[in-house]
Amino acid sequence: MSEATAKRHMGLKASRAVTNTAIHVLLIVISIIWLIPFVCIVLQSFRVENSGQVGYVLPKVWGTDNYVNLFQTDFPRWYTNTFIAAIITAILQTVIVLCMSYTLSRFRFKMRQPLMKFMLILGMFPGMLSMIILYRVLKDLGLTQENATPGLILVYVASSGMGYYVSKGFFDTIPMSLDEAARIDGATRAQILYKIILPLSKPIVIYTVLTAFMGPWGDYVFARYIAFGASAGKNVAVGLYDWLSKDQISNNYTMFCAGGVLVALPVTILFMFLQKYYVEGVTGGAVKG
Amino acid sequence: MAQLSDLEYLRLSKGAKFGYKLGRFFTGIPKGIGHFFLKIGQGLKKGAMAVGREVSDIVSTFVHGDWKTKLSFFIMGFGSIARGQILRGLLFLLFEIVFIGYMIMSGGYWLSMLPSLGKVGPSKTYNEDLDVFVTTYNDNSFQILLYGVLTIFFILAFIYTWRVNVRQNKMSEMILASGKKLKSGREDLHSIVDDQFHKTLLALPMTGIIIFTMLPILFMILVAFTNYDGTHNGYTNSLFTWVGLDNFNTMFSWTGGAGGTQSYAATFFEVLLWTLIWAFFATFTNYFLGMFVAMAINKKGIKFKKGWRTILVLTIAIPQFISLLYVSKMFAKNGIINGFLLDMGWISEAIDFFGDASRPWLARVTVILINIWIGIPYLMLITTGILMNIPADLYESAKIDGASGWKQYTKITLPYMLFVTGPYLLTSFTGNMNNFNVIYLLTAGAPTNAAASSASGSVGYTDLLITWLFKITTGAESKYYMASVIGILVFVVVALISLIVYNLMPSIKNEEDFR
Repeated sequence: MSEATAKRHMGLKASRAVTNTAIHVLLIVISIIWLIPFVCIVLQSFRVENSGQVGYVLPKVWGTDNYVNLFQTDFPRWYTNTFIAAIITAILQTVIVLCMSYTLSRFRFKMRQPLMKFMLILGMFPGMLSMIILYRVLKDLGLTQENATPGLILVYVASSGMGYYVSKGFFDTIPMSLDEAARIDGATRAQILYKIILPLSKPIVIYTVLTAFMGPWGDYVFARYIAFGASAGKNVAVGLYDWLSKDQISNNYTMFCAGGVLVALPVTILFMFLQKYYVEGVTGGAVKG
Repeated sequence: MAQLSDLEYLRLSKGAKFGYKLGRFFTGIPKGIGHFFLKIGQGLKKGAMAVGREVSDIVSTFVHGDWKTKLSFFIMGFGSIARGQILRGLLFLLFEIVFIGYMIMSGGYWLSMLPSLGKVGPSKTYNEDLDVFVTTYNDNSFQILLYGVLTIFFILAFIYTWRVNVRQNKMSEMILASGKKLKSGREDLHSIVDDQFHKTLLALPMTGIIIFTMLPILFMILVAFTNYDGTHNGYTNSLFTWVGLDNFNTMFSWTGGAGGTQSYAATFFEVLLWTLIWAFFATFTNYFLGMFVAMAINKKGIKFKKGWRTILVLTIAIPQFISLLYVSKMFAKNGIINGFLLDMGWISEAIDFFGDASRPWLARVTVILINIWIGIPYLMLITTGILMNIPADLYESAKIDGASGWKQYTKITLPYMLFVTGPYLLTSFTGNMNNFNVIYLLTAGAPTNAAASSASGSVGYTDLLITWLFKITTGAESKYYMASVIGILVFVVVALISLIVYNLMPSIKNEEDFR
């Protein structure tokens, strides 16, 4: 190596080190920005001296009063509502989405293309529009207000077939030759699904369950329509949202923080364990569409 | 714009190429519309011919069929039962009985009421014995519209089933004539897990979609042509009825309301413009910054790659309503951000991020910035996978040729990314147009747009079409018909954008196929 190239090499190395340090600093800053709100919400949930909104972060008096007070409100009821809705939705929605995506990926039938186009067009309408009528119908069935949870599950699950894109993208990657080999060996279509495809599809099944479970925790608009002001029928999103309304925020702000922590905790823990599958699902299926 | 030859086209610069494509697209619109109508004409002709074929097939089946087939025309499933396919036949027969029963019991009534949506509204009568006014409820417009639509669907389903019944008879005759055996009930049952398995699998999801998505949307489209609102709810206060295109006329009229309030049309285009601006920035800021973060983490020599990713990914797990509501309160006038800025002495007076109607762009920019915070982790995830798929040798050879980092990005990374994520960008754009959560939970549309508000419900400067729609349905007047009109317009805009982009995309793809 000549002296000149060695020098240039050194220079390159130095400049790369500078860039890498800059990037490290940047990533630290990004991480802080992304974590700050969550740190703040945890800190403020332990604030005792003032239950309203204040301009500082660190509590002056620490305590678990907010968590204790939560259980004197309707919060446990909202939490149960949401939890039940999330569990049942996760199971039913997974079954429906997998049926839909498996069929559209594996079978070639006459109505396949029209069906997919039909759902594409249907998806261009704002889904919220249908809530007006669904609310009236569910009300006639007695599934609104106090009994909102079953009605809500029905609404979540019934139209979940429209969200087949990600898992269809996954099924498309499983070679068709597997199916054909099984067909030759005399397996029925149903046996192929249960015995061959499903065991191979663990990642996408977990991804679907996880997203279906997380959905109801964050839903505001449908839950708000169907609960229609009845406290016993609210889910956590609607209940906590109302605590931040103008006339309630001065009393309930710290309780909102405590409730938020309790809601975020189980979902985040579950997510941490299943993160791998979520990343796989998002990177694999979401883009292919 | 005149069409260029291939050679001329290839000589253009990249920007000019895109401009040319865009120009060609818009100059092509009149032709496209002509083509569209031509296609409709062809479709109608095709449809008419198909109906003709069906009818002639039905007639010939009747004329040439044996007595079992002939009787099946009136008693569905008779032929199947007579030929030994009892299970099939009974199902056909059951469907016919249910259909006729339903039409006699209630279907006929709903259909007859559909043109008027009810004739007799609720009436108050004085009851002398009790000395009170008693309200008697009569027709129910809401139910009439709902069940009227359902009945029409039921009739169509019946016609289809009847046609299947006729065709089955013809097939059975042919099969028997060729000396083969018909399928037994056991074989029929077996087929639902085998060669008809796709129908079994689709039955449940499609029923859900039809009942809970398609029918409601159809119903709401019809509502746009009625005067269904809070004061005409169709049952307890007053009936609603068809009003033709009145609601669309209201939406597109430029005459303002009393007291200098803005017209519907002005409000609509203002909200639409902001919706498009928002969707554009929300999509592309997230896209490029997410890609940037992903590239930063992917870069050689960066430590704790997994750690950085985990920190960002975990923020996806926390339900959006918590983070959004909390962040919106952080930006409140007495929130942490203002507290911090005041403490540092950088500002002397708290900034009203979401409440200052004199500075609508402050709220709008803040919303876009917060949305970056929401969206980057997700985009980082998506782009990480794709970035890793870019063949490394492309970069190697670029380095040997002395390409700078920026050049590598614009010539290799970006074209590749756009190529792969094109469809995702489109769905993300339309998704952002309807991004109810971020806007409603952050600002609920604030700051209020006073000029636009009184004519068309409460409208704010950060309201998207979708949150405006929501506010109209939950507001005091509950103008459902206006909500329906907006819903239809949202559909039109989304469909148009999708159409344009899909038409441009293949060309963009070819153009940026850099290999």
